[in-house]
Amino acid sequence: MSGSEFVPLSLVPMLIGICVAVACALPGNFLLLRRQALIGDAISHVVLPGIVVAFLITGAATTWPMLLGAAAAAVVAVMAIEAIRRLGRIEPGAAMGVVFTAMFAAGVLLLEQSDTSNVHLDVEHALYGNLESLIWLDATGWHSLADPAALAHLPVELPRMALTLLAEALFVALLWRPLKISTFDERFARTIGIATGPLGLALVVVSAIAAVAAFDAVGSIIVIAMFICPPATARLITNDLGHQVVWSVGFAALAAVLGYVLAGYGPLWLGYHSSVSAAGMIATVSGAMLALAAVFGRHRHRTGDGAAL
Amino acid sequence: MGLELAVSDGQAMDDHAARMQSPLAIRGMTVSYGQKPAIFSVDMTVAPGAMTAIIGPNGAGKSTLLKAALGIIAPLAGQTLVFGQPIRRQRHKIAYVPQRASVDWDFPTRVLDVVMMGLFPQLGLLRRVRAPHRAKALACLARVGMESFASRQIGQLSGGQQQRVFLARALAQEAQLYLLDEPFAGVDAATEKAIINVLKSLRDAGKTVVAVHHDLSTVSEYFDHVFMINTRKIAEGPLAEAFTERTLQETYGGRLAGAQMDQIGRALAAR
Repeated sequence: MSGSEFVPLSLVPMLIGICVAVACALPGNFLLLRRQALIGDAISHVVLPGIVVAFLITGAATTWPMLLGAAAAAVVAVMAIEAIRRLGRIEPGAAMGVVFTAMFAAGVLLLEQSDTSNVHLDVEHALYGNLESLIWLDATGWHSLADPAALAHLPVELPRMALTLLAEALFVALLWRPLKISTFDERFARTIGIATGPLGLALVVVSAIAAVAAFDAVGSIIVIAMFICPPATARLITNDLGHQVVWSVGFAALAAVLGYVLAGYGPLWLGYHSSVSAAGMIATVSGAMLALAAVFGRHRHRTGDGAAL
Repeated sequence: MGLELAVSDGQAMDDHAARMQSPLAIRGMTVSYGQKPAIFSVDMTVAPGAMTAIIGPNGAGKSTLLKAALGIIAPLAGQTLVFGQPIRRQRHKIAYVPQRASVDWDFPTRVLDVVMMGLFPQLGLLRRVRAPHRAKALACLARVGMESFASRQIGQLSGGQQQRVFLARALAQEAQLYLLDEPFAGVDAATEKAIINVLKSLRDAGKTVVAVHHDLSTVSEYFDHVFMINTRKIAEGPLAEAFTERTLQETYGGRLAGAQMDQIGRALAAR
């Protein structure tokens, strides 16, 4: 494929896909080990009512109010989950299940009741996003990457997602030790002065920011898959947290590229005429990777075989 | 009347002085899980340079007392002083060993890594781990007889080995006060011996050791002070004063079986 076709049509969606996948996989590693993996799922569902409410208030599908609405909804959800967990004394998974199902349902109801038919806001979009539509029409080839005029019309999702990823990487790098210690042994962490409460909250907020930014670009399916699949795949092939994080980033990027290519060209290879949803395919590929690691991974026997005791 | 007042003032002064010098002085600690108090208004003044066993029946609040004192759980009321100062300024003087079962040993890390966690207060967020840090962590592992396990995945350890790794991490903290939550629970005899030897060497070096302990028959062999609790404090002090048949009966109520009482009787006699 030539640059004149690849750069305007596929490069940007692919890069956004990679950024989204990595941005979700990175905090996903810690959420997984803290048995909070469902939080990514929860957040990506609860942002829907936030986005719809923001739309109803502003009356337009503009980016920033929607992002703020989504963020507000995520914060409300996190607090509701904590409140239900503490006051109801039920396990965190069940608390998340209750909150995100209820809020997503409320979002669907709001969406149906409100007149959003004239903008690109519907349930399908919320789930799959539209990665393929994030094309860069001003680009004419690889040389456009050095052309300020063309770069000015780069889809805004790309720099936004890249910035989110950068901020997240800084967060993880800077707080690596406290994150690791408090994930392994929260009680000990507290006794050496690590503020485990605020740190855990910060991790959830960072995850929420990633989920909201990603939701805006690619919908919630990919977010849910990327929080869990790449870290879980990486966990099955290594026994070192640092390696796990590096591998998860690699698997996330690979799933994004492979999923995008398969969605675009896979059906054509099989004789069909239309491509399938890139977000759906990326999520599927990451699931397939996890399945392969579960069968062939070096450390797949690490639980349930009694070796730990 | 005036004389009595003076005497009780003198007593209060002594108590105050003891608390200010104590490695760990707890006052009025009260914790509740739900409706019932787990511990109620507990005072504790740990003797410096001693080995103290916290004993009491299951659910008496032994672990809860330590966790509340350290701020791991939020008490309803109560204060903790560490060497006469609020605990938040004295964290570097404390090493805490939680119950082995309270963490997920499936966590993807190695033995030496866990010991290095004890060096976090020195290393901070970003200071690089250098050869001396690694050497110190290895030396701590050697003290518990685990140096050959340094690069082992923690999920492969036995219960006793896990407990030794936790103790090595506490040693790496180079604290003045060591607080251990059931360090002998579910460990093999060799590990129990190794751990008690390390704890005794810490005491001999002038450190203070406090451990939640379950096995009444080894109390007088391992420890020199006891703190007896059953929701409320029952007794505290040197073995000879506090570890008596009367305080044991009061702590355990009718729950001590005859054979167990005989065992303790022998332990008391051998003291």
